[in-house]
Amino acid sequence: MSPITITDYLIFCTLLFVIGVVGVLVKRNALAIFMSVELMLNSINLLLAAFSIYMNDPAGQVFVFFIMVVAAAEVAIGLAILVMVYRYTHSVDIHLLNRLKW
Amino acid sequence: MATLIALSVLAIITMLIGAWHKYKWIVPVLVTGMAVALALNINDWNTYRHYYNEMMFVDNYAVAFNTILIVMAMLVVLIAGHYFRNVVKPLDDVYILMIFSLIGGTLMTSFSNLSMLFIGIETLSISMYVLAGSKKFDNLAKEASMKYFLMGSFASGFLLFGIALLYGSAGSFNLEAIGLYATSHANDLPKMFYAGMLLTLIGLVFKVAAVPFHFWVPDVYQGAPTVITSFMATVVKVAGVAAIFRLFNHSFMAIQPFWSTTVVILSAATIILANVTALYQRTFKRLLAYSGIAHTGYLLMALVASNATSMGAVLLYLAAYSLSTYAAFVVLMLVKDFIYDDKMEHYQGLARRNPLIAITLAISMLSLTGIPPLAGFMGKFALFSSTLESGHLYLVIIAILGSAISLAFYLKPVISMFFKEGGQIVIGLNPWLKVFLVLLCLAQFALGLIPGMITQLL
Repeated sequence: MSPITITDYLIFCTLLFVIGVVGVLVKRNALAIFMSVELMLNSINLLLAAFSIYMNDPAGQVFVFFIMVVAAAEVAIGLAILVMVYRYTHSVDIHLLNRLKW
Repeated sequence: MATLIALSVLAIITMLIGAWHKYKWIVPVLVTGMAVALALNINDWNTYRHYYNEMMFVDNYAVAFNTILIVMAMLVVLIAGHYFRNVVKPLDDVYILMIFSLIGGTLMTSFSNLSMLFIGIETLSISMYVLAGSKKFDNLAKEASMKYFLMGSFASGFLLFGIALLYGSAGSFNLEAIGLYATSHANDLPKMFYAGMLLTLIGLVFKVAAVPFHFWVPDVYQGAPTVITSFMATVVKVAGVAAIFRLFNHSFMAIQPFWSTTVVILSAATIILANVTALYQRTFKRLLAYSGIAHTGYLLMALVASNATSMGAVLLYLAAYSLSTYAAFVVLMLVKDFIYDDKMEHYQGLARRNPLIAITLAISMLSLTGIPPLAGFMGKFALFSSTLESGHLYLVIIAILGSAISLAFYLKPVISMFFKEGGQIVIGLNPWLKVFLVLLCLAQFALGLIPGMITQLL
């Protein structure tokens, strides 16, 4: 059993990130899309923390806190917008939002 | 730096005014406060100082772009007072969010650490998500807000992943440190660094809306309240472009051959596609959205050129673009106030009864097309000649073709105003608005007469 290297972290985080991206692109449920965005952000957090330990530099871990705070703010705004949209379409399906077209 | 503190204090004061229910004070206090911030900002000229452990670096570049940002935000707040004049419910939150968004914008022009870039973009965007949906009874605004939020947070994900990869290879978030790393390891840079640079570029280009990532822009511009759209088209665009140029100038100049082709393709595709799509638009607001996308394409040309004159050209171009776009949005607001619709048919024959409005729109449209001696022409001239100096003739030819196509759609509302028979509506203007419109027209001429003064600043 070889030790876990920084490359393993990189591959794992990239996979998580890609899962998040694919989730955003294929899901119709707005809540599932929010969760996919969170998955993207959390894969980045993990990657930053791994790099930070690997390079013995605390800046990466501080950045993780910034991302967490911003992600919390974003979710707060996002859920508020979702509630507003739900009152209008009575659904969380984003494909119903198709009135803006040329 | 003093600018940032002044703006933050201004936002808090505005909140207090809201808490004390003195809503009539908001616009005067905001305009005064922004004038103070503007003075403090200009006071920083030629100081070149680092702040907060090199988190921010206030150089002339930052001061120049902050000036555009604050002036445009001031103009938007002024017209917002007119736009919201019949709204009964308190609107302090809308104004406060505009100021917070402006604070994010000033961070994006003066960052020297990637964490400040991220905080700036998010402060700007999160406020804009709320503002886009601030017309709560309007279903289109809800839809626009949702789309803006989803696309914006998706783009932030790409930006952050890029930042993480850059950190992993260069070992620092500092722009200068990343730039030094790229210069010293120019021949053996890890693939991770290139991937990080491309992902950062994608994230930023999403925000300024260049072609493969522009699809959300027309929808969001159309759905959002018009005054917020004018804020997006001016302040948000200027901040985004300033951030891209700052990041690339400080960090990625060493690997220019690598990203140059990508940016050329982005720029050419943006110019062609946006100008052609704009020809088919039937509503004026969507037309302005595509016009904004096309102008992003022209601005990306300066990134390809990246020589001594290109930053001055970008400054002049952005000043001219935001002034003309703002004037067009003011006309759109005034017309929409009377017809509650932004279809192009409603502009038929408007010139006969409302000459001032028609002339303002004509001047701003001609300036956006780039007809001499207006501001837009000087901006385009400076930008194109700077690109030519770097030897990108084919890109300039594409851009000139794009400008020629753009003449067709920019003149469409103007022709229908002046030469078609149509409605009998008379748009009432109070004396202040008349003076304001005349000043906007004169400013577009004035900026075209003194281009050298602006291009030589940077």
